[in-house]
Amino acid sequence: MEWQEVVVRLFKNKISLIGLILIIFFGVIAIGAPWIAPPSDPSEPYMVPRAGWGFEPQPPSSEHIFGTAEGQYDIFYGIIWGTRTAFRIGFIIVGISSFIGILVGTLAGYYGGWFDEVVMRITDIFMAIPFLIAAIVMTTILGQGLRNVMIALITFGWMNSARLMRSQVLSIKEEEFVIAADALGAGDFRIIFKHVILNTIFPLVIEASMRMGSMVITASTLSFLGIGAPEGYADWGQMISFARNWILGGEGNAIKYWFTVVIPGGAITLFCLSWNLIGDAFRDILDPKLQ
Amino acid sequence: MSRVLAIIGWSVPTFVFGLIMLMIFYGTLGWFPPSRLDSWALDIVNSTGFINYTNFFIIDGLLNANFAIVGNAIRHLIAPVITISILWWAFIMRITRSSMLEILRRDYIRTARAKGVTENVVVYKHAVRNALIPVVTVAGRMVLGLLGGLVITETIFNIKGLGQFMAQAAQQLDYPAVLGGTLYFGFLLIVINLCVDVSYAIIDPRIRLE
Repeated sequence: MEWQEVVVRLFKNKISLIGLILIIFFGVIAIGAPWIAPPSDPSEPYMVPRAGWGFEPQPPSSEHIFGTAEGQYDIFYGIIWGTRTAFRIGFIIVGISSFIGILVGTLAGYYGGWFDEVVMRITDIFMAIPFLIAAIVMTTILGQGLRNVMIALITFGWMNSARLMRSQVLSIKEEEFVIAADALGAGDFRIIFKHVILNTIFPLVIEASMRMGSMVITASTLSFLGIGAPEGYADWGQMISFARNWILGGEGNAIKYWFTVVIPGGAITLFCLSWNLIGDAFRDILDPKLQ
Repeated sequence: MSRVLAIIGWSVPTFVFGLIMLMIFYGTLGWFPPSRLDSWALDIVNSTGFINYTNFFIIDGLLNANFAIVGNAIRHLIAPVITISILWWAFIMRITRSSMLEILRRDYIRTARAKGVTENVVVYKHAVRNALIPVVTVAGRMVLGLLGGLVITETIFNIKGLGQFMAQAAQQLDYPAVLGGTLYFGFLLIVINLCVDVSYAIIDPRIRLE
């Protein structure tokens, strides 16, 4: 299927249209962040401003539309600038780990033999370690910070695409057009990049789109556990971790501090939802049997 | 519909869902409290009259014929169990559905109907068993996903379990604990895969391990 047709169908499918609209919405927020929520200190726009030094979260008011979290961090500001953080985390992690996965999977599948065997066993070793634990350990070793979270998630996030790519390459390697290219004297490099990868890339795109959501969730989980973004950094996971002490509310009103959980949680959920919707619609288009 | 539910289920982070569960079902309604037992129940468990056979509170409660403990332990389990597993409900539903749809199109189903076998027998005997194979595969993967979900869920619900232990060990760089825990997870992974393989053979006797 030509990619133009895929794009047209993505726009026609209601489910993926909702996903696309959501992503565009988040994209506009991310790009427009300096205008939607002007930073008080332009040199450090990602640090969430504090409206005081009180401990207790304050409910939404005209000054702070979404209220403030523990320590008077402005939730609205955190959400808006956190959108940029989420996009950055998602694109960098998924981009680099997909690239590694595609490269490893293609080479292993294309050359086969002992090379394939060694590479796939290494992949198995990486897959044997529980993902979240591995990410926590690696981040702790490297030190707190978003950059280290990204390094850890890339290190343990490329295996699925490598395996997927390898199985794709294995099945397409024997196709006539690859053999024909080989017979015409095309080099390995040309065959891999012009024929093999271009014809096997779509399942990887689906997988990458789905992984976008799960990686942002994992990154925010690490922030939630306190080993991701430094305190005060605009990050959705961290906004939620501020809420941990306030879940039970107070003074006979248990959901008094709902805004500290629901608003950042809603942002993460919608963000992941949009990528998952697109990935799912993609799969329907490419593999109608699965519907 | 099942599909949209599945996607939404995948998109809600475990910790957000857990916190909201706590807020609603513990904070507001007071139904499902966190941790393992209420303090009054803990007093009973730690008293001399109560024998800890296994330290599984539900089993111990049954063995001691103390059903208040059993009820209390179950109440404490409901929220974490829902939190860990909810993402998978819709997912399994979806896999089962697509697998059923595919099976129901097969020739032998038509043959069975043509023979005049009742619809119930066709569905439950001919179709469901065959449709279960992919479901079991996913269920095996699900158990592994649940192990990952434990880390967060146990932290939120304050249950001193393997997940919380691993998370703390990882944050304190307690290498032996992390390595041991990982080894244990690996062991579980092998056992689960074995169970999955064996259950294939039970569901479909044609499948034989060579």
